[in-house]
Amino acid sequence: MKTAVIVFPGSNCDTDCFHAARDVMKMSVEYIWHKDRDLPKVDLVIIPGGFSYGDYLRTGAIARFSPVMESVIKHAGEGRAVIGICNGFQILLEAGLLPGAMLRNKTLEFICKHVWIRTEENLTIFTGKIDIGETLCIPIAHGEGNYYCDDETLKALHGNSQVVFRYTSRDGKVGDKFNPNGSRDHIAGIVNKKKNVLGMMPHPERASEELLGSSDGRKIWNSIMNALE
Amino acid sequence: MPSLDSTTPITSELIAAHGITPEEYARIQGILGRDPNITELGMFSVMWSEHCSYKNSKPILKLFSKMNAALPHQENLLVKPGQENAGIVDIGDGLAVCFKIESHNHPSAIEPFQGAATGVGGILRDIFTMGARPVLLMNSLRFGDLAQPVSQRLFRGVVAGIAHYGNCMGIPTVGGDVYFDASYEGNPLVNAMALGIIKKNEIVRGAATGVGNPVYYVGATTGRDGLGGAAFASKELSEQSHEDRPAVQVGDPFMEKLLMEACLELLKTNALVGMQDMGAAGLTCAGCETASRASTGVEIDLMHVPRRESGMIPYEILLSESQERMLVIVKKGKEKEVERIFEKWDLHAVKIGEVTKGDKYRVLHEGRVAAEIPAKALADEGPIYIREEERPAYLEEAQKLDLTAVKEAGDLSGVLKRLLSYPSIACKAWVWEQYDHMVRTDTVFYPGHDAALIRVKGTQKGIAVSTDCNSLYVYLDPLEGGKIAVAEAARNVVCSGAKPIGVTNCLNFGNPMKPEIFWQFHQAVSGMIESCTALEVPVTGGNVSFYNESPQGAIYPTPTIGMVGLLDNIDKRVPSAFRNEGDIVFLAGETFNELGGSHYLMIEHGLKKGLPPRLDLKRERALQQFILAAADGRKLVSCHDLSEGGLALALAECCLKSQQGLGASVTDLGEIRKGRAGLRTDALYFGESQSRAVISVKPEHRDEVKRLAQKRGVALFEIGKVGGDTLVIEDKVRLPVSEMKGLFNSTIPDIMEVP
Repeated sequence: MKTAVIVFPGSNCDTDCFHAARDVMKMSVEYIWHKDRDLPKVDLVIIPGGFSYGDYLRTGAIARFSPVMESVIKHAGEGRAVIGICNGFQILLEAGLLPGAMLRNKTLEFICKHVWIRTEENLTIFTGKIDIGETLCIPIAHGEGNYYCDDETLKALHGNSQVVFRYTSRDGKVGDKFNPNGSRDHIAGIVNKKKNVLGMMPHPERASEELLGSSDGRKIWNSIMNALE
Repeated sequence: MPSLDSTTPITSELIAAHGITPEEYARIQGILGRDPNITELGMFSVMWSEHCSYKNSKPILKLFSKMNAALPHQENLLVKPGQENAGIVDIGDGLAVCFKIESHNHPSAIEPFQGAATGVGGILRDIFTMGARPVLLMNSLRFGDLAQPVSQRLFRGVVAGIAHYGNCMGIPTVGGDVYFDASYEGNPLVNAMALGIIKKNEIVRGAATGVGNPVYYVGATTGRDGLGGAAFASKELSEQSHEDRPAVQVGDPFMEKLLMEACLELLKTNALVGMQDMGAAGLTCAGCETASRASTGVEIDLMHVPRRESGMIPYEILLSESQERMLVIVKKGKEKEVERIFEKWDLHAVKIGEVTKGDKYRVLHEGRVAAEIPAKALADEGPIYIREEERPAYLEEAQKLDLTAVKEAGDLSGVLKRLLSYPSIACKAWVWEQYDHMVRTDTVFYPGHDAALIRVKGTQKGIAVSTDCNSLYVYLDPLEGGKIAVAEAARNVVCSGAKPIGVTNCLNFGNPMKPEIFWQFHQAVSGMIESCTALEVPVTGGNVSFYNESPQGAIYPTPTIGMVGLLDNIDKRVPSAFRNEGDIVFLAGETFNELGGSHYLMIEHGLKKGLPPRLDLKRERALQQFILAAADGRKLVSCHDLSEGGLALALAECCLKSQQGLGASVTDLGEIRKGRAGLRTDALYFGESQSRAVISVKPEHRDEVKRLAQKRGVALFEIGKVGGDTLVIEDKVRLPVSEMKGLFNSTIPDIMEVP
């Protein structure tokens, strides 16, 4: 399986995604510099976390104008897989590949910790090997992960089965105290209508090795590899 | 300050305003063979400030180098203290670690967010300047009483500033320490440490070698911010310090991230000759230090320096401390290659001069010579003072402690609860959850462990790091306190299974002109040296921060230690907390009737008095060797060092930090009591005797662990068992782990979170 990790100025989870994909999951991976207009033919594009363009203006707002994004949009349009993690999710929202927007965390502080997310859909490339209702322990690390959308969009997201992950307790209970950032309807990750583009705030690449405290993120990588190989 | 240009006459008022004494001025005249102009006066003033020249501390700091020279395995110390921007220690397999700790106290007192943020930026530049890829950050923080709104404001601002910079850079902040004490009111301490990994054959020197090689200015533009920050850092804080706000720099971590990537990419080419960051004293320091190290000259033309403000005069350009700038010396003929890399990262890279024959740092401006000074004189030949020392009068009274007048606490569960809720001891998750402590996917022990631990990808190795300093001990007995600071930081690292390999230190003291302060300084350094010698750990460098005084007086003397340890096989790491029901709990080390300087005495009896516990370095060394041997044999399930709050608090932490919330039943303290006639119960529970650790061991390893301890003469007491959901100590303490967790975890959020 061929994977590309996009590198923007200020990306800082690019090497982590590269490591998880190549060294842990044994995918074939290459970095793509944001100024490269041409994206090689790959099965999966990873838009990693970080502070692209230093979060100037708004998270992800400038990165979406990078030359490579045209190719990413084309790649997604052809039905091929894209996963945006954290700042990658924010970029996908700004690029219009996913609906909604990000607000500051409700605490107004950056939050880095392990959280539990519940799998809401498994008819996607990204969750095919995970049971519906299964909870995963995956870290978050963001200042703006408070997902927001209007009522209509939320209804559509649910109607089309686009809400993939929600923040819950370890045993899958929904509640404000399990939602770290105040996101609408406890949303942690969504897909587009065609279900080939996933945006999620938690970092599966940080939960891919037991040594680091959790390997639940591998369930997502395994699902992707199972679907695309 | 009045406007300064080349015609400004040099008056004695102007000289004094630059912090230069008449004797120092005469020395400058001698060096130049003439009067300096205003630009040169400014350059001398920043380079000869305490912050850059260490003029008051050098004779004492030399003791570290002398000590290093007598240690075994010196070949592992690849870059010695003071030689370069950071020290480097070999970790085998062609790799080395590059690390340093540095203070940003004064800027943080005035503007906590930017002060702390730029402290992180500065220490990171010191690391990647050497060619190392920074892989972790730590920080050691001190604030006044957290009940005070001003302390809360500083605490909140400093933490947010560190988070802002480190998170954006993508370098995990993996640990540190935070204490609150009234002595830091108005003068908080912000000591930031960074560690990088480097291939031994890729170390970059900050030297301008090769006459004719071009000198490049790269990174952010130069503005008037941070003008004379080094000189500002060398003054006591006063009511007027807020007027110095323009001396605090503003950081841009995004710019620094680009700068770091570009510099590390440049390293992979063979175009690079030398590199030096522009931190304190900016372009003045970078120019003269690179020339001085290479024994060459450097000539630059200020016309080419990218600026963010118009009308800047040479004085301002040379003294600016604008952040995220580097001076890079490259091979002649490789200019295009270098420029291409910086262009890729959208950064300025401008040739501003070249390496010259001779020994002068020559600065041109608008076709004229704006300054011309022998580089070595400016960089390395500043004045050195042997300051007067005098044992402070306060010690007499402070060290007095009549234990017979100290009533033993009755309700020991209550004492333990109050300790757990004391801000200096309580859980600091409110701090570290604001720091990205996982980015780079190397963090194995998260903050809250005795030491932070990261893996080194591509190897089996782990790097453990701890920062520490119990400054109350140092206040009460600077020599013993200095010894303990090193020993305890080493013990933290050892408890994780790693062998200490190097120390960096940040020596935070008051005004060195006061003989009492200088005595504290000298004593503390002597104590540190005793411990480093006994534990065979070299000092790789660090930083001195004097003048930490506010109108209320000097801070407690705080020689912060940054200890780095190496774990050859990360699979042999040892966590701090209990893990399995049924494991045996041992106390390693001996307990004495020592309550002086303890948190128990401070919290329960309102006393900050007495002699701190005595450190016997033979016993300390034996304990550390025992723990390392047991860890290496995979015989330890957990290991936690005893410090503030003593045995009872250590046991509580082993329970409440365990993932399952395991309790323990500790009923066998009779053996300890029997061996020490007259041992008070409060000293046994809460005393802070040194060289001790709580370990948990699987029952089948009991005998082997006892044998390992006996072999090294370490007293080992089997005191109980892990299990249940309550911590029980004899018939005196009985506390559910969930209740302890509640107290421990909620203390700081309850104070800091706005409802």
